Amino acid sequence: MSKEKTYGIETQAIHAGAHPDPVTGARNTPIYQTTSYVFENADHAADLFNLQTFGFIYSRITNPTVATLEERLATLEGGRAACCAGSGHAAQFLAFFTLLEPGDHFVASRNLYGGSLTQFGISFKRLGWNCTFVDPTDPNNFKEAITPKTKALFIEPLANPGGIVLDLEAISAVAKDASIPVIADNTMATPYLCKPFEWGIDLVTHSTTKFLAGHGTSMGGAVIESGKFDWNQNDKFPSMTTPDDAYHGLTFYETFGDFGFTMKARAVALRDFGPALSPTNAFNTITGIETLPIRMDRHVENAQKVAEFLINHKAVSWVSYAGLPDSPFHDLAKKYMPKGPGSVFTFGVKGGYEAGVKVVEGVNLFSHLANIGDTRSLIIHPASTTHRQLSEEQQIASGAGPDVLRLSVGLETADDLIRDLDEALNL
Amino acid sequence: MTDLSYSDELICKILTETQTIAMVGASPKWERPSNFVLKYMLGKDYKVIPVNPGQVGKEILKQTVYGDLDSIPGKFDMVDIFRSSAAAGPIVDKAIELKDEKGIKIIWMQLGVQNDEAAAKAKAAGLTVIMDRCPKIEYGRLFNELGWCGVNTGVISSKRPATRR
Repeated sequence: MSKEKTYGIETQAIHAGAHPDPVTGARNTPIYQTTSYVFENADHAADLFNLQTFGFIYSRITNPTVATLEERLATLEGGRAACCAGSGHAAQFLAFFTLLEPGDHFVASRNLYGGSLTQFGISFKRLGWNCTFVDPTDPNNFKEAITPKTKALFIEPLANPGGIVLDLEAISAVAKDASIPVIADNTMATPYLCKPFEWGIDLVTHSTTKFLAGHGTSMGGAVIESGKFDWNQNDKFPSMTTPDDAYHGLTFYETFGDFGFTMKARAVALRDFGPALSPTNAFNTITGIETLPIRMDRHVENAQKVAEFLINHKAVSWVSYAGLPDSPFHDLAKKYMPKGPGSVFTFGVKGGYEAGVKVVEGVNLFSHLANIGDTRSLIIHPASTTHRQLSEEQQIASGAGPDVLRLSVGLETADDLIRDLDEALNL
Repeated sequence: MTDLSYSDELICKILTETQTIAMVGASPKWERPSNFVLKYMLGKDYKVIPVNPGQVGKEILKQTVYGDLDSIPGKFDMVDIFRSSAAAGPIVDKAIELKDEKGIKIIWMQLGVQNDEAAAKAKAAGLTVIMDRCPKIEYGRLFNELGWCGVNTGVISSKRPATRR
């Protein structure tokens, strides 16, 4: 871009997108708790509705507090632009609605958050969007599943429910050969630990509800574009490269260039389906992101200590954490997330389903709930909760078999967390 | 490979000092990118003169259209080129020829438009050249409007921003 100063991620986490208020000088980002914005005159209103000028119409589409979060996320990921949504699931919908036509197909990793498996495999099918799930640990599996109708690949670089790190460069190369984009859900790693765009990924999605916000108070999601994908290289993406009826014949890629995807996701998908992020949740998330770098360092440090404790416990049969030297994903983790492979991982308890349930009910400090990325440590038994809608075969394939427990290691004193797990495992 | 990175300071100076822009390739159709930029720059109090041989004598957004740079009466600081990279060559030649008569200081080629040979000639003639950029996007980026739609402006500052030129 420009010959400008560059800033470290700690500086970006605090400053990107957040200028002092030009009128009042307010240093923190105000919560613009308003639905709508007064037009200067009729011509200004027309320009805004036609996307001919930048500005605000209605908070379903844009809001100044939400925009601050969007620019901050785009900056942290090293991308060109971002569009926020009310949740990570909503952000995924915006991404796919902007990419796919009815009858289109995409290939997704089978190691995803359980809710994504259901969204892609069942609910998207009703919209005519077909998904094939593959074992993502061999990039060739993506290649073999690509058909002429395939418009994207979807992965989690650090996969939920835990322990798996994917070969981003190899998967990007497969997509490049097929002239389609790769979407990476970077929720588990966050841009502090992993920068998917640096490895050739084209779009990043987030549930900002998790580590980005960090406090377990506020739902949110985002889709971020690298600005590097050439939508004109083939005729696979008419939504980007042909005149849009929803805007009287405007062509988004030609008009907005390297942020055309974000403009389209906002001006059509977000406008017409309405899953907007609330300004208050955007504010909470902005505030959380300010401490993302120091929190992630501590999350990783605590996760490493807990994983090392568990691997030596007599009631534990295995631990899947890429920070352990014996993990098959240890080398990939060192390459793609050198500051550490996050703090969400799985382990197996001897005794299967019953033993798993006993541990989640036996802990006193870990909270038994369906979330990750809180300051608090969290535990869940995926087979009886998040992955309950899947068959046992699917559960095992996605790393959520009956003996599996998932931890999201928080920021408490590591020794306290270890003692809590020890007590529950010894019940 | 020509270096297409420009400092924020340079772009800011151009957008602050420029008063009048001749826009070659301005379209009368409202949904075309050139029409977007024309309308936006008029709204920021620039004088913008549309140049389009097919529209001579007509008006686009109430501005009289000229067929080429020669026929524009009066002076203009910038030539903004909304044509193909190849078509930019002869336009730049003409701008170099007219630079003293018309007071031309800047050659600006739009997003996706890059003609290295023309750029070298223009620089040798003392003109400032920007390629593969959009003045609307750059104005929005540097004057605090582009972030309103979630775009990474690259601007980090603890100062109160200026909202208008």
